[in-house]
Amino acid sequence: MELSRRDFLKTSGAAMGGIFMLGALNPDIAHAVTHKFLPLKKKIGEKTTICPYDASGCGFIVATENGRVVNIEGDPDHPINRGGGCAKGASMRQLSANNPWRLSKVLYRPPGGLNWEEKDWDWALTEIARRIKDTRDANFTELDSKGNLVNRTEAIANLGGSALDNEECYLLSKLTRALGVVYLEHHARI
Amino acid sequence: MTNHWNDIANADVIMAIGSNPAENHPAAFGHITDAKERGAQLISVDPRFTRTSAKADIYSPLRSGTDIAFIDGMIKYVLDDIDHNPGNYNMSYIKEYTNAAYLINPGYKGPADLDGLFSGYAGGLNETDGNKRKYDKSSWQFQLDEKGIPKRDMTLQDPNCVFQIMKRHFARYTPEKVNEITGAPVDTFLQICQTYATSGQVGKAGTILYAMGTTQHTYGAQNIRSYCILQLLLGNIGIAGGGINAMRGESNVQGSTDHCLLFHILPGYLKVPDDTDDTLDKYLERVTPKSNDPKSANWWQHTPKYMVSLLKAWYGNAATRDNQFGFHYLPKIETGKNYSHISLFEAMYSGVIKGMMCWGQNPAVGGPNANLERLALGELDWLVVTDIWHTETANFWQRPGVNKADIKTEVFLLPALNSFEKEGSVTNSGRWSQWRYAAAAGPGVAMGDLWMLDWLARKLMEMYANEGGPNAEAITQLNWNYGHEHPDVHAVAKEINGYDLTTGKLLPSFTKLMDDGTTSSGNWLYCASYTEDGNMAARRDPTPGPFNIGLYPNWSWCWPVNRRIIYNRASVDLNGEPWDKNHPVIWWQGDKWVGDVPDGGWPPMAVDPENTKYPFIMKPEGHARFFGPGMAEGPLPEHYEPWESPIKNPMSPQQSNPAFKIWRPDEQGTPDKYPIVCSTYRLCEHWQGGQMTRNMPWLIEMQPEPFVEMSEELAAKIGIVNGEKVIVESTRGQVYLTAVITKRFKPFQMNGTTVHQVGIPWHWGFTGLSTGDSANKLTPHVGDANTMIPEYKAFLVNIRKV
Amino acid sequence: MAEKAILYDATRCTACRGCQAACKQWNENDEFIPTVENGVQSVNRGSYENPPDLSPTTWLKMEFREVTPDGKVRWLFNRRSCMHCTDAGCVKVCPSGALYHHELGFVAYDKDICTGCGYCEDACPFDVPRYERNFVSGIAKMDKCTFCTTPGLDRIAGGWEPACVKTCPPDALQYGDRDQLVAEGKKRVEALIAKGWTNANLYGEKELGGLHVMYVLDDHPAVYGLPVDPQISAATIAWQDVIQPIGWVVGGLTILGLGFNYLVARANINREKEKKDAARS
Repeated sequence: MELSRRDFLKTSGAAMGGIFMLGALNPDIAHAVTHKFLPLKKKIGEKTTICPYDASGCGFIVATENGRVVNIEGDPDHPINRGGGCAKGASMRQLSANNPWRLSKVLYRPPGGLNWEEKDWDWALTEIARRIKDTRDANFTELDSKGNLVNRTEAIANLGGSALDNEECYLLSKLTRALGVVYLEHHARI
Repeated sequence: MTNHWNDIANADVIMAIGSNPAENHPAAFGHITDAKERGAQLISVDPRFTRTSAKADIYSPLRSGTDIAFIDGMIKYVLDDIDHNPGNYNMSYIKEYTNAAYLINPGYKGPADLDGLFSGYAGGLNETDGNKRKYDKSSWQFQLDEKGIPKRDMTLQDPNCVFQIMKRHFARYTPEKVNEITGAPVDTFLQICQTYATSGQVGKAGTILYAMGTTQHTYGAQNIRSYCILQLLLGNIGIAGGGINAMRGESNVQGSTDHCLLFHILPGYLKVPDDTDDTLDKYLERVTPKSNDPKSANWWQHTPKYMVSLLKAWYGNAATRDNQFGFHYLPKIETGKNYSHISLFEAMYSGVIKGMMCWGQNPAVGGPNANLERLALGELDWLVVTDIWHTETANFWQRPGVNKADIKTEVFLLPALNSFEKEGSVTNSGRWSQWRYAAAAGPGVAMGDLWMLDWLARKLMEMYANEGGPNAEAITQLNWNYGHEHPDVHAVAKEINGYDLTTGKLLPSFTKLMDDGTTSSGNWLYCASYTEDGNMAARRDPTPGPFNIGLYPNWSWCWPVNRRIIYNRASVDLNGEPWDKNHPVIWWQGDKWVGDVPDGGWPPMAVDPENTKYPFIMKPEGHARFFGPGMAEGPLPEHYEPWESPIKNPMSPQQSNPAFKIWRPDEQGTPDKYPIVCSTYRLCEHWQGGQMTRNMPWLIEMQPEPFVEMSEELAAKIGIVNGEKVIVESTRGQVYLTAVITKRFKPFQMNGTTVHQVGIPWHWGFTGLSTGDSANKLTPHVGDANTMIPEYKAFLVNIRKV
Repeated sequence: MAEKAILYDATRCTACRGCQAACKQWNENDEFIPTVENGVQSVNRGSYENPPDLSPTTWLKMEFREVTPDGKVRWLFNRRSCMHCTDAGCVKVCPSGALYHHELGFVAYDKDICTGCGYCEDACPFDVPRYERNFVSGIAKMDKCTFCTTPGLDRIAGGWEPACVKTCPPDALQYGDRDQLVAEGKKRVEALIAKGWTNANLYGEKELGGLHVMYVLDDHPAVYGLPVDPQISAATIAWQDVIQPIGWVVGGLTILGLGFNYLVARANINREKEKKDAARS
C-alpha cells in the first residue's frame, strides 16, 4: 500500500510536538544553545513490506529516493513487531540494490569452465528450458516395471521455496508437478 | 503454530524448549515480555544457556536429543498429580476432547514390556536390516464398536484405555531417570514440572514454543508429540495463551509448506498420488479418511472437493470428468519410496538426478553432510540457481580444494529480486498471509522468480506443443495465463483462492468447493484469502478484535478461513462457555458463536447433542490424540538415543529409534573416537545458510566468523584458551574454528556420568564477504523416522588444538 | 519545557542488537565498508560482543558479560553509548561549542564546527567520544551518539523517538519526558526488589547532575561495568571554569591553544590506531 509521510512513533500515545513548539530553553541547563535544524535529508517511508528473515512476519516501511533505498525501519502499526526490528531487520537496507555484492547479471558457467560468463536472459532461459526438456524426455517413466501409469521423471530435482512469495511457491508447485518432478523439496525439511 | 505471535502475551507460563526465541525470533520476544509483565513465568530448556535463558525465570540444561525423556518426566509428574489433585486439572477437557478414554487393541504392548520396543516390530533389538526396521501397527489400533466407532471408557479405568496405558508408559520416567538421561538437575526439573503444571488449572494457559531444536532429530516428530501430550493433559490446546507453537525460521517457510514444495504432498496438504492409484477415484478412496461417528466432523472427508478443485485450477477446461480432471497429468511416486532432502542428495550422488533447479536455497551450506552434498552437486549435468547473491551452491565448482576443470556441471546463476523489490504474499508462523509491495528497483537485470517461472513455463509449453514429448499434455494443457510479458501476481493469488466456474466469481470460502468440476482452487486452505471483497492479505486494520485477546482479525488474513487460534472449540466447555472467561477465544451466546472464527460452526456438545461435532475436526475420530497409532516408531513417545550418542540408552536396551532409515552405517561416529556431543544452531545476527547476512557489513561486524562454543571445563581438558583456533571433526569431515570458551556451557552431570557438549553456528561458507567453515561438514545423513528431517542437533565430534 | 531521556531496562533487553544496527542505519555509518582495513572488525574474540569498542562509526554497542553469582550463570547485557550527562565534561571542555546541551537536556553535537582537539575524550567519565582523522584533508573530527539530532537526520525535531528506541523489540528502551522515565524506572526497580533482586537500582537519576540515559539494573552498576559515582576530573573543571575563560581572551594563548589542539588531536589519532591494531592482533 502507498503511504504518505506519516507518524513513525512507535507508540502513538507518546507522540509529542517538534521542538519549535516547545518554547524556551530549560533554565536548569546552563550551557544550552539553540540547536541547529536542517530539514530531514532522507525520506522516512513509503511502502510497507514484510521482513524476509524469520517467520515472525514483522512489518517494515521502505523509503526510496531516486530509486535508491534510503531508509527501512519497523512499521509502528504492525501488531507483531510494533515498529521494532532486531539486528537483521534493522539492517534490511543492506539487502537493497545499493549493496554492491547483490547479483546483477545473468551468469553461466560451462562444463569444466574456470569462470563465470555473462549472458542475457533470453539465452539463459531458453537454454534452461532446453535442458529441462531434454533431461525429462530422456528420463521419463510413463509405465513402471509393474505396468502402472506413473508419468514421472526422477532425473530432475527441484529445491527451494521458503525465500519465495506464496504466489511463486504455488506456481513452482504447479510447474514442477506438470513436468513430472518427484524429487521436490525445500527448506521446510532441513 | 496452533496460535500466533501476539497470543503469546496471553500465556501464564511459557516454555521455550528446542528453541531460542530471543535470538532467532526476536520480535516474538516483545510478546513474551508482555506476558512476563503480566506475571507469566518463562522457562528455558536448552543444552546451552542462551539469550532466551538469560531472560528466563527458570533455566534447565538438557543434553541434546533428550527432550522426550524430559517431557515424558513432566507428563509423569502431571499424571501423578492428577491422582492426588484432580481439581487442579481440567478433567472434562481430558475426557471429552482427547482420546484418553479410547480402548486400544488388547494385543498392544509397550516399551516397558518389550525392552524399549512396541508390539509389532519386524526386527529384533537394535535391528540393522533396513527391511525389518519397521512396525506392523495393527496392535496399536483403537477398539471399535459394532458401528465402527472407537470404544470409550469414560471412567478412564479400563486397563486398555489410553489413560491407563499412558500411566504405565510414563511411570518409568522418574525425576532420577530424567536426570540420568538428560543431565537436568533433579531440583530444577521438579521446579519446572511444578511451574508448568500450574497451567493445567481451568482458566490458566501455558504455551510451548519450539523450533528446530525439537525437530532435527531421528525422533523429532515424536519430540513434538511429547509436547502435544503434555499440552493436552493440561488443557492447553485451543485456548488463548496456549497451543503448540512451532516458531518457523524462514519468512515464507509456512507458505512454501502450505503450497507443498515437498515430494509427499500437493498444495493444501493433499497426499500425492502413488503408483497404486490407477484412477482418480481409487486415489480419493485411498487418501480420504472415513468416520462412522456422526459427531466427528472428519474434515478431511472433503478431500475429493479439494483435489478436483486443485486439478481444475491447474488444468482449467482440459480437466474434465472424462479425463478424471487431468489426474494422470500428475506424477505418481513409487509407493513407499522416500524422495526427501537426504534421499534426493543420495540419488544425485549416485547419478540418478541429472539436473536441478534451486530457488533461493543453499544446500552446500545448509544441507547435512555438506561435503557429501557438495560432491553430489558435481554429479549433475546442469544446475540452475536463482538467488540475490553468489551462494556456495552456485559456486560449488570453485570451492576451496577442488580442480574446477574436473567438474563438468553446467551452472546457470539467475539474479533475482529481493523481498521489497517485488509484490506478493508471505505466510508467517502464525499462519498470517501478509501482502508486501514492490518498493524499490532491483540491481542490474535482476528479475523476480515469478517472472522467471512464468517465462520458463510458457517456453516449455511452446516447446512441447511444437516438439511433443512424453505426457506432453501435462504441460501443454496447463491453465497458465497470467499476462503476456510480466505475470500478474494478483491473477495468481486469485487462482490460489479459487473461483466458482459457473459464475466466474471468486469464492468466499472452501466450504463452497465442489468435487464435480464447477469450482477451482489452487490451494483449498487459502480459499477465502482473495475474494470478491478484495485481497484479504493486504488488510491493515490494527484493532485487536473480539474479547481483546489480540486476534487482530482484520490485519492481513490467516488460514484456515481467518481462524486465528485453531482447535478453538476446545477453549469452551460442553455448554460453549469459555474455560477462561478473562481470555475467551469463542463463546456460545444465544444461538451463535462470538469471537474468533470457530473451528466449525456447530453448536456446543451439551447444547445440541444431535447436531454438535467434536472439536478436533482434523482427526477422523474427532478427538485429540494422546495415543498416536500412525507414528513410525510407536504410538507414545519413548526415549531413544541419537544415532550418534556418547552413552548407552539408560532407558532400555534399544539404543536408537528402531524405525529410521540408516543411510551410511560406516559413517557412524562412536564415543571412543568422538566423545563430545555437538549441536548446530543459529545466531540473532545471521540467518540460515548465511547468504542473506554474510554480505551485510552491519551484521558481519557483529558476528564476523563462525566459532565453536564450549565449557571452561572442556577447554581446560583440551588445553586451549578463549579465542584460540581448534579443529572440530566428525566421521564426515572437519572444520577449523575459533573457540569461544564460556560459562554458558556446562558439562552434563548424569547420575555420575559426565558428558561434554559443544555447539557451532552453521551460517558460514566460502562465498560472500564473511567466510568461514560450514558446520554441516560434520552433520550426518540420517533423518527422522517420520519426516526425514536430518539429525543436525545431536552428533558426535572430537576437538583438537591446532 | 520537559527534558527528554532514554530509559534502558537491562532486565528486558535480549541483546538482539537491533539498536546497534538501527543506529548505523539511521545515521548512515559504515554503510558498505567490508574490509578490516576500512574499519569493520573481522575477528571473533571469543565473545558475542563485537566490534570491540565504540568508534567514530559505532556510537552504540551492546556489551555481553557472564557472571556466576551463587554458582549459577547469568548473561548480562548492557547498552554502551553516550550517557548525555547534565554535568557533561565534554561540553565543559569543548572549545568550539560543537558539543552543547540541546534544549531537551541531552548533549547534542555539531560536527561541522568540531576542531578535533580531543579534549572531550579525556573529559568524558564514560570514555565515549572517538576520533578519526581524514588522511587527505588532515582534519580530525570527533563522533558520538547525537541522540538522533544530527542536522539533516534529526528524528527528535520530527517528533520521533531515537532510532535505537524505535527498533527495540522487547521495549527495553523507552524515550520520553525524563521526569516520567525516572518515575517509571523507580517503579520497575521496586518491582525487581519485590521479586528478590535486592540490589536492583536506577542508574543515572542523580549521577553527574542526572543522565539522559538511565538504566534499570537488577544488580550493582559495577556488575554491569558501569562506573559507580562517575565524576568529571578536577582538570576538566579547571579547564572549563578557569583556564578557558581567561585563555580565549588572550590572542596569543588562542594560537598556542590551537597548536596544542593539533598535538592533542594527533596523539589521539595515534592512540586510536594503536588500540585498533591491538584489538586485531
